[in-house]
Amino acid sequence: MTGPSPTPVPDTLPYWDGAGVEELRIQLCLPCRTHYFYPRPFCPRCGSAEVQWTTVSGRAHLVSYIINYRPLPPFDPTTPIVIALVQLAEGPRMMTTIVDVDPTPESLRLDMPLEVRFLQRAAFTLPVFTPLPETR
Amino acid sequence: MTSMHQGDIVIIGASETTQIGVRPDTSVLGLHAEAARNALADAGLTARDIDGVATAGPLTLEVSHHLGIQPRWLDGTLVGGCSFLLHVRHAAAAIAAGAADVVLVTHGESGRSRIGSPPRSPDPASAAGQFEHVYGAQAPYSTFTVPAMAFLHQRGLTREHLAHVVVAQRTWAANNSRAFRRTPITIEEVLDGPPIAYPFTRDMCCVVTDGGGALVLTSAERARDMPGGDRAVFLLGSGESAEGPLVSQMADLGSSLAFRNSSREAFRTAGVVHSDVDHLMAYDAFAHLPLYMLEDLGFVGRGESGDFVADGNTAKGGRLPMNTTGGGLSYTHTGMYGMFAIQEAVRQLRGDAVEQLPAVEISFVQGVGLYFAAAGSLVLSNRRG
Repeated sequence: MTGPSPTPVPDTLPYWDGAGVEELRIQLCLPCRTHYFYPRPFCPRCGSAEVQWTTVSGRAHLVSYIINYRPLPPFDPTTPIVIALVQLAEGPRMMTTIVDVDPTPESLRLDMPLEVRFLQRAAFTLPVFTPLPETR
Repeated sequence: MTSMHQGDIVIIGASETTQIGVRPDTSVLGLHAEAARNALADAGLTARDIDGVATAGPLTLEVSHHLGIQPRWLDGTLVGGCSFLLHVRHAAAAIAAGAADVVLVTHGESGRSRIGSPPRSPDPASAAGQFEHVYGAQAPYSTFTVPAMAFLHQRGLTREHLAHVVVAQRTWAANNSRAFRRTPITIEEVLDGPPIAYPFTRDMCCVVTDGGGALVLTSAERARDMPGGDRAVFLLGSGESAEGPLVSQMADLGSSLAFRNSSREAFRTAGVVHSDVDHLMAYDAFAHLPLYMLEDLGFVGRGESGDFVADGNTAKGGRLPMNTTGGGLSYTHTGMYGMFAIQEAVRQLRGDAVEQLPAVEISFVQGVGLYFAAAGSLVLSNRRG
């Protein structure tokens, strides 16, 4: 899938480095025992800087989506793409795309379980999600 | 002592550009100037009477210099389409504090023709650039829309409810020669229209137009001696808030923290309750937004917004007339639509609207900006309070 590339900054580099080795890395606040997203060196909930990078399970479920029939360049404008919000098993919500699925409402059941995959785009590896095999 | 609320501050002049819709003849700055000069004429004032300027888009000083104004107060708050609601609120505070006497708020945008428009340049290092744009969540129709399925799902609502918003608002636009989409439409036609981003079809997405609008504000005391004093519209209350720049990180995909906070403050400062409100402008870049707003502002309970619209409560003859120009979905949407929501509230309160409501005394204007990032709310009235 073509598309724009991100420009990592120091606070987010571990996330992108993790994706590069096919690990989904999310920060955990130690006092709150809560994962949070997007990356920053302190917990947005309690403000603590006692946070650590963790590799999470990659399990998630679908919480919302659109099927974009008019992707803009550099996406291929002729291929509909699913732009989705997923909630990780560890709690945080992420924007992503759902791959290996028909881009139709019938194939996209809200609450369906998903699993992370990694997609190569130019110099970057992008976390994306796919329905768990038994639900396809 | 002058307060920023309770009717001590008024809108003394208000106008849109002479034409709206398709304006390849005029640049962005030209649209600001045209709207500003129309609003000044409406107030019976000139640029010499203005000592404060607020705008979003161009720099405030570009607009003030272009018009020949030497401001002693400037506001360039940019929070997307609701910026002008915040400007009204900030201007009211400045006038009440003595930092400005007569403030001009301008909007102009060449959303359709792109004449004199700055290039769009997304930042791939921003949080949105790294974590949303890369998946295609970048254009309004592919970002602002993404939480809608969660909203519908949580409440057991359907796409038909989105279509009802479109149909209700189109009835308001049908007789309005300035409206971009005027042809009456059915639920089936909305649902069967060209798909843009499922569940959204074309008519569930706003029009894309050129145009502008401007407001002149001063104190109620000063307004008494001004030519347009008898047409003043009073600011009873206001609120503003922000959640965050990422749609994916909303605390609740089915409710906007910014809508709830800004509207609550507007009701509180105005000292009015929902049953006092005769007219609602609920910023509708997409058909789901009025549903969020009806619930988040507290006009209906959670999950009741869809049937409230489907049952005709917001249409002609309904108990809460909403978006009486047709709104962003049918009337006009230059990009930062909020100015046009304020303009229609002012027209209704002055008795100048195309679809004039009987006996309207209080209008509530709810704005949203930068997708679900920011919100502004105004409570306006034709009585001091």
